Amino acid sequence: MNIAVCVSHVPDTATKIKIASDEKTIDQSGVTYIINPYDEFAVEEALKTKEKTGGEVTVISLGNDNNKETIRKALAMGADKGILLKADSQPDSLALAKALAEEIKSGGYELVFFGKQSVDFDNSITGQLTAAFLDYNCVTVVVDFKLEGNKIIAEREIEGGREVVETELPAVITAQKGLNDPRYASLKGIMAAKKKVIEEKPAALGENYTEIIKLKTPPAKQPGRILGTDSSAVPELVRLLREEAKVI
Amino acid sequence: MAKKILAVLEQREGKLKRSAFEVVSIASKIASELQAETHAVVVGNIVENLNDIGKYGISKITHLKNSELDKYSTTAYSDLISDFAKETDAEYLLLSNTSLGKDLAPHLAARLNAGIIMDIVELNTSSGELTATRPVFAGKALQEIKFKSEKKVLTIRPNVFKPHESENAALPEVEVREVSSPNLKSKVTEYKKSEGKLDVAEADIIVSGGRGLKEPQNFKLIEDLAEVLGAAVGASRAVVDAGWRPHREQVGQTGKTVSPSLYIACGISGAIQHLAGMSSSKYIVAINKDKDAPIFNVADYGIAGDVFEIIPALTEEIRKAKL
Repeated sequence: MNIAVCVSHVPDTATKIKIASDEKTIDQSGVTYIINPYDEFAVEEALKTKEKTGGEVTVISLGNDNNKETIRKALAMGADKGILLKADSQPDSLALAKALAEEIKSGGYELVFFGKQSVDFDNSITGQLTAAFLDYNCVTVVVDFKLEGNKIIAEREIEGGREVVETELPAVITAQKGLNDPRYASLKGIMAAKKKVIEEKPAALGENYTEIIKLKTPPAKQPGRILGTDSSAVPELVRLLREEAKVI
Repeated sequence: MAKKILAVLEQREGKLKRSAFEVVSIASKIASELQAETHAVVVGNIVENLNDIGKYGISKITHLKNSELDKYSTTAYSDLISDFAKETDAEYLLLSNTSLGKDLAPHLAARLNAGIIMDIVELNTSSGELTATRPVFAGKALQEIKFKSEKKVLTIRPNVFKPHESENAALPEVEVREVSSPNLKSKVTEYKKSEGKLDVAEADIIVSGGRGLKEPQNFKLIEDLAEVLGAAVGASRAVVDAGWRPHREQVGQTGKTVSPSLYIACGISGAIQHLAGMSSSKYIVAINKDKDAPIFNVADYGIAGDVFEIIPALTEEIRKAKL
């Protein structure tokens, strides 16, 4: 089967976010980038599926040359080839999804995996939008995935439980933590990835439908009170929660 | 012609969810600020409490009804609601950022050629146009954002905008439309409830545990405290990755971002990813033996002591206070 995985290149979750002087983007100094953590589950599921059905796994990422690092990471895990859709600016999710949909359509991929959200802008919509533009079926936040012929049986995590969803190919699946255990790239894999091809082409970016006015840091929380160091502080804590905070 | 705001409401097992009333309340608030009209829509089979929306300020609701639509279907819900939005010429579609809202909203935006803004925690209409604030990087930063498109789809974070009862509450006008042969290309066939009681994403109080509990079985202390408080059990990434707790309980950047009224962190030191996911809680209590742990920087109240002594004492004290 012809499988694609869309990956994004995001600041490490340990990053302390500082706002750049344009007040719209983050200060890049000292920021390390990684493959979006949820995308590792997406790559793993794509590889597992390929191992069963045969075919090829293509990694697609939209961004600048730095994204190649993240594409290589997926190639080192075992994906076959990469495509970098080059863009100078950060599109909104809608423009991003349209560009991805265009590429997926021309590549004829039947099954496309995404992470359920990128840990930078936290929209959790790129997979669904891409599916909608392609008129593919879509299951999000997937923690269990089965493919039987054309039929998909997936479990998605929702509040207080799981939904079992049945649908058919062609489809977009967005991966949640817990779907699988992503494999580590072996040394051999890392060496092989260096020889794999990353095709570069300009992203077909249309207009943004939203505009960022400003990025700011949340108001700093005032450090609170340490009420004590043992259980003798408990009655005072309960009194404060009842009378001052009024939350219990 | 006045602008139209369509409140897209969620039902589960035949009842509107609490988050639906948050959507109704906010829709009616921004409608009065933008001089717009409101209409609500719900997809489902039997939905019991539709009249309750009247209390929160919307007077018209359309129920798109079919016995196969009691459970969610991405394809059917997307088609039906986007068609209804076209028919009523809605400019704004408002949903809650729940599992269903997150799945559905982008499909609606794509079908309506609308811009989309997710997980809003603040809405402002003072300039005559709508601007929204939403957390990014799991809450480490806030983004102010506006639409450039004619049609707009928005989701609001659950538990942030509390539903408030409207002064001119009235019984709403309910229109029931039978839907024939919905598009069930994708369909939920079964709902599997997890054994845990409350979900961290929806809970008003969360009691979370971390490495400081030393052993997975010591989470019993957390569960007991959660039980007396009617709270959900949460966990740090460290204990989820160690396999002590299921991933659905994880709070933080690769888990859930939460904003409950009360968050009690027990034996959690406060890694940056964890703090990002919970520091917007209204009140935070930290119990940790290391008084220099970063968790105390965001806590309103702290006890710098032994979790094994303090948690049972706290459980007991709350149990007494509740009698």
